[in-house]
Amino acid sequence: MSARDDRPGEGPGTTDPRGIGPGVERQQGVGPAGAEPPQARADDAGRRPVTGTPVLHPVPLPIDPVLEGRAITRHYHVGGGLFRGAKVVKAVRGVDFAVARGKTLAIVGESGCGKSTLARIITLIDPPTSGTLLIEGKPVEIAGRRPSRDLRSRVQIVFQNPHGSLNPRQKVGNVLMEPLELNTDLPAAERRDRARAMLEKVGLLPEHFDRYPHMFSGGQRQRIAIARALMVNPAILVLDEPVSALDLSVQAQVLNLLADLQKEFGLTYVFISHDLSVVRHIADEVMVMLRGEVVERGTRDAVFADPQHSYTRTLFAATPVTALQAIRARVERKASRRAAAGERRPAL
Amino acid sequence: MAPVLEIRNLSVSFDTSTGPFHAVRGIDLTVDRGEVLAIVGESGSGKSVAMLAVMGLLPDTSTVTADVMRYGPHDLLTIGDAERRAIIGREITMIFQEPMASLNPCYTVGFQIEEVLRLHLGMAGRAARSRAVELLTAVGLPDPADKLRSYPHQLSGGQCQRVMIAMAIACNPTLLIADEPTTALDVTIQKQILDLLLTLQEDHGMALILITHDMGVVAETADRVVVQYQGRKMEEAPVLNLFEAPQNPYTKALLSALPENATGRRLSTVKDYMDQLAGGAS
Repeated sequence: MSARDDRPGEGPGTTDPRGIGPGVERQQGVGPAGAEPPQARADDAGRRPVTGTPVLHPVPLPIDPVLEGRAITRHYHVGGGLFRGAKVVKAVRGVDFAVARGKTLAIVGESGCGKSTLARIITLIDPPTSGTLLIEGKPVEIAGRRPSRDLRSRVQIVFQNPHGSLNPRQKVGNVLMEPLELNTDLPAAERRDRARAMLEKVGLLPEHFDRYPHMFSGGQRQRIAIARALMVNPAILVLDEPVSALDLSVQAQVLNLLADLQKEFGLTYVFISHDLSVVRHIADEVMVMLRGEVVERGTRDAVFADPQHSYTRTLFAATPVTALQAIRARVERKASRRAAAGERRPAL
Repeated sequence: MAPVLEIRNLSVSFDTSTGPFHAVRGIDLTVDRGEVLAIVGESGSGKSVAMLAVMGLLPDTSTVTADVMRYGPHDLLTIGDAERRAIIGREITMIFQEPMASLNPCYTVGFQIEEVLRLHLGMAGRAARSRAVELLTAVGLPDPADKLRSYPHQLSGGQCQRVMIAMAIACNPTLLIADEPTTALDVTIQKQILDLLLTLQEDHGMALILITHDMGVVAETADRVVVQYQGRKMEEAPVLNLFEAPQNPYTKALLSALPENATGRRLSTVKDYMDQLAGGAS
């Protein structure tokens, strides 16, 4: 992996046997427009397909992707009744991705873009409607059958709201030991030892073991949620907006913790976020989604330095910047507008 | 020119089972006509509570004390209920974080906007209706006449926030207080709402107090910034000075915790900064 990492300039012409390379991808018609006849969308409630081709920056291809998705789709049937057929919402419409071990793929997009649906598919909560999910190189088939304990242990998730994702009636120790009870045959004493060790790993204290979630702050609860996810030694951690509910100073601590844990355990992160400044800090690769499709994908540096798709640019332009030049320019613009208006104050 | 709102030494405490909890401890604050003041702080800094005290929206368990809390000629400390009701919602208005939750789900958007016009301006019937259409047009909602018949659940979060803004500017307020107005919204919608608020503010010479925890929002909107921490004011400065040369250690720590200011993979945290400070002092 590292050998190919130094080659961010890998050309788009590079052939890729697995078909996830940028060159191949366009031919496959992963792209929205033109791939499907327009009438195929007619049943699709309120979701217009994205216009234009997705922009796929050349990405150094992982030799041994720990997580890979090929043309994944997910449709939901909503509404409908006795006389009316159900509508089909295509939440995810043909998404490809691959992440190398120890790297972070950030999925960026606004509400309704399908990023959380994709998270549920990667976490084996929902099966995809079509397409293939590969975990550590093996295709995963969970439709109509429960994933095995081993498989379940490979992927874990941390949710956005640590207030909602911890059972208020369960002590922290039990929160951490439960995944071991469900997924392993370890004896009770071993489970307890591991839970105590994990508490320290995530920066909490051993005496927190017997406390309830309500006794912790938001940042501490998110540490508990992260500890719980790591109990079964996963290879992949899906982080669904893990810091958006946290204050700035706590956000920094949790992001640092995630970076430390990634290094220590060689974790692969799928980091879902709408906050581009956080993404820029933590991601190796970035995938921008809009209405269930990938509109742009590439290394962090490529996407941030040179966003190509109009939606990516809109997103970047809308993100508040704290750069001094920007503030200075804004303050000056306002001053000159005021001078020009001459303190004019019309009524509404 | 006298400030629109003047607060000196405001303290707010709440009675709890474990004794009084001091949410705001001696805050001074003024805002002028046509000015955008950002109050920035993390949760628990008392930034919302101070403004709720101005609005008179705090529960009975709270104790509000101040040397001065004055809006124009009105002393907000001794103001009677009737006098307060004549000002609040008309001259001082407020919008909140959760637009969906701040609108009444049982009534149409039109009814709720017209209610404001009826109560404060005595407008009714066709006049109120056409003014409501005018307001929805001003906040940039498409098909305003149609939207008046909609219920809040039929609108998106961004549209609901526009309706809230329409209600807030209905009576040409002198002071608009926006408490985390865009926190629940997507970034592209956030941009639209902030642009709208700034345009309205500038066009009508309103004073705007923007309560936020987001330094990015501060950078893009404020003229002047007040930084609050644990109920105290840490720093007050024009926006450019605050970002360029923060004076208070807490402000410095907050700015260095921004991911865009990180050097390398590690973010400096407020705790690091405070520890460093303690280490340097000893």
